[in-house]
Amino acid sequence: MDTFASLMEGFSIALTPINLLWALCGVTVGTAIGVLPGLGPGLTIALLLPITYKVEPTSAFILFAGIYYGAMYGGSTTSILINTPGESASIVTSIEGHKMARRGRAGAALATAAWGSFVAGTLGTLGITFLAHPVVEFALKFGPAEYFSLMILCFVTVSAVLGASTLRGLTALSLGLFFGLIGVDLQTGQARYHFGILELLDGISVLIVAVGLFAIGETLHLAATKKQEDDVIELDGPVGMTKEDWRRSWKPWLRGALFGFPIGAMPAGGAEIPTFLSYYTEKKLSKHADEFGNGAIEGVAGPEAANNASAAGVLVPLLTLGLPTSATAAIMLSAFTSYGINPGPQLLQTQGQLVWTLIASLFIGNVMLLVLNLPLVRVWVKLLKIPAPMMYAGILIFSTIGTYGISRSVMDLVLLYIVGFIGFLMRRFEFPTAPVIIGMILGPMAEQEFRRAMTISNGDMMIFLSKPISVGLLAIALLALIGPHVWSWFRRKEAAA
Amino acid sequence: MSNTRREFLMAGAAAGAALSMGGFAQPARAQAIKSLEVFVPAAPGGGWDATGRAIEAAMRADGIMSEFKFEHAPGAGGMTGLPRFINGKKGQGNAVMIGGMVMVGAGAVAKSPVTIANVTPLARLTGEAMVIVVPEASPHKSIGDLIAALKKDPKAVSWAGGSAGGSDHIFAGMLAKSQGVDPRSVAYVAFAGGGPAQAALLGNQVTAGVSGYGEFEEQIKAGKLRALAVSGETGQSGVKSLKEQGINVVLYNWRGVFGAPGISDAQRKELIGLFDKMVAGPSWKKTLETRGWDGIYLSGDAYGKYVTEEIGRITGILKELGLAA
Repeated sequence: MDTFASLMEGFSIALTPINLLWALCGVTVGTAIGVLPGLGPGLTIALLLPITYKVEPTSAFILFAGIYYGAMYGGSTTSILINTPGESASIVTSIEGHKMARRGRAGAALATAAWGSFVAGTLGTLGITFLAHPVVEFALKFGPAEYFSLMILCFVTVSAVLGASTLRGLTALSLGLFFGLIGVDLQTGQARYHFGILELLDGISVLIVAVGLFAIGETLHLAATKKQEDDVIELDGPVGMTKEDWRRSWKPWLRGALFGFPIGAMPAGGAEIPTFLSYYTEKKLSKHADEFGNGAIEGVAGPEAANNASAAGVLVPLLTLGLPTSATAAIMLSAFTSYGINPGPQLLQTQGQLVWTLIASLFIGNVMLLVLNLPLVRVWVKLLKIPAPMMYAGILIFSTIGTYGISRSVMDLVLLYIVGFIGFLMRRFEFPTAPVIIGMILGPMAEQEFRRAMTISNGDMMIFLSKPISVGLLAIALLALIGPHVWSWFRRKEAAA
Repeated sequence: MSNTRREFLMAGAAAGAALSMGGFAQPARAQAIKSLEVFVPAAPGGGWDATGRAIEAAMRADGIMSEFKFEHAPGAGGMTGLPRFINGKKGQGNAVMIGGMVMVGAGAVAKSPVTIANVTPLARLTGEAMVIVVPEASPHKSIGDLIAALKKDPKAVSWAGGSAGGSDHIFAGMLAKSQGVDPRSVAYVAFAGGGPAQAALLGNQVTAGVSGYGEFEEQIKAGKLRALAVSGETGQSGVKSLKEQGINVVLYNWRGVFGAPGISDAQRKELIGLFDKMVAGPSWKKTLETRGWDGIYLSGDAYGKYVTEEIGRITGILKELGLAA
């Protein structure tokens, strides 16, 4: 009841015209930067930090939160339309989303992404409102051993994107693991595989590899192989979602939110892992498993919901404990400190009104984003009417500018095109590209967590089997890995008998 | 795109500054430096960026300098940006780079061909003491308890902090060395920043933690983490320093400004003059207060000597940690 009253007070402040205007401004900017590959919410908020010298705290945070949520919405658009993920949490979306677009179902893909984002964003915000404390307590139980076991579970999800040949899929995964090794090792400070190039010390951005493999590689491949006259994608069916689409989408939305929110709240959870888990789950549960790889709507609905719910999850440790668990959260934290507000365990007590207004504005921002994005679907699908050669040229320019925007480094552009060429070769020789990304994201995380766990346990491997959560995760991973084989073996035996 | 937005914001900030000056006329300035180019070898939003912005805000408000241009070159603890600053701004009298103790360590660990010794030291602006904490439920009640455990079996005491070779690791290594424990045997667990390290401490995953005091301050106040000692000359907020507890280890994570290489002595003096003036003004003092920064100001030759000493001391401990050659 107390929570409810505080929330209502928050709404009364968030609904003032000036704050509504800030929220609108935030979600619009957020959607725009989400659409641009490269420019993410963290960098945008950082560039806007100087406004903290002029604008009052409530308004500034409403603006920042709007940008953050908006970017999660916008990221899916280019993933679906032109196979160019706007930020790393939308990488999985592009796997099925772009296939849907190529089949003329771009409108449905965009709509299920928008609705899924809305549903998950709202559920996530409800989670912040009512479940923040239990969720953060659960999240803190995750230490290096538990994270490592979670990563092991995530590696099982690679099997969902391996494609027809396991050998090729695993080769692609290894390439991703190698990309992930490049740069300074956190645990020893030593540089690995940097070939004397200073820019490589911080490693290669996942986004550059994703854009290189998906957008540049794909474009080069299409330009090299296809006849270009007949390559305008015709829309198939209505622009929005059909009844069937709704029926197939709502469960993935809810499941996606269930993955996204708690993992987002974990200090080392992030937004990508829930999207992998969601994609894998949807593929396994779908009645249309054969459509996966060819544009299954569940493969868009689930991961998109997961990444939006994780955005809400990230705010949980920030608002309850003052813990920034993502780059964007860290920058929002520095905005707090430039107001002389110290976010910490007492934030809710000392700045209750600010926090509740912020939460109220998240609910409002979510509605605004839906209202803003649904009509835009009609505009976006028109993009696909652009003739292929111009479209390819556009994608190349768009990706190049976006990549340059990440750090304004020429080195990044060189890398983008090297990776793009590798992507072209991979497409040409039928290697799947998604495992590269998964390997690159999971590999370094798994390695670091493993070594942290080993340092803490003084080299004793039993640490993974002596903690209940860790054991549970490993058991699920084992089950997911061998379960289907055992199952089909029994079925065959039965059929033979 | 970001530039236009920045200019727009700056115009806003300038207008604000002008308003806050009220009816007072700006003091006449007869200096040659018309605008300051601030080079931040880190991403926007971090500590060095915050220092740069605070300089901008204070100089503007006190009418010391009104035109600023920012450039960011993030990466590798400043080691990606440093060569760019050295090559791009050589001899340029109005360019300043933000840097600090972190850069000294990063240069040694990355075995970079250029280091902070290749730029011109201007002034040390702020310093932050480090703090050693344990989780609320820890059996270690004092720094003596923790040291006893460390001496008994260094491998059994895990330390959470930022990246290996960074200020947190350096501090843990210095403490171990002062107690006759081999710094290389310290079970240091590196996390990507203060947030994840705090989470590991709050979740009771590690024995102890090291970080800048500000990073842990709120958790200490809330009683979730117990502060055992700080690394400054003297204690702060009721926490005694190591020195006060009889352990001679003093370390500040300091931040300062550097000029381009190859600038003339007159240019150097002029730049130093700007910062001398800024530090004496009211706005900078207020910034230190709201940000909770320790204003350990040092400029000119004294600062140059300090930087040289720090390079020797920090490279030395990194060698003993086995991280630098």
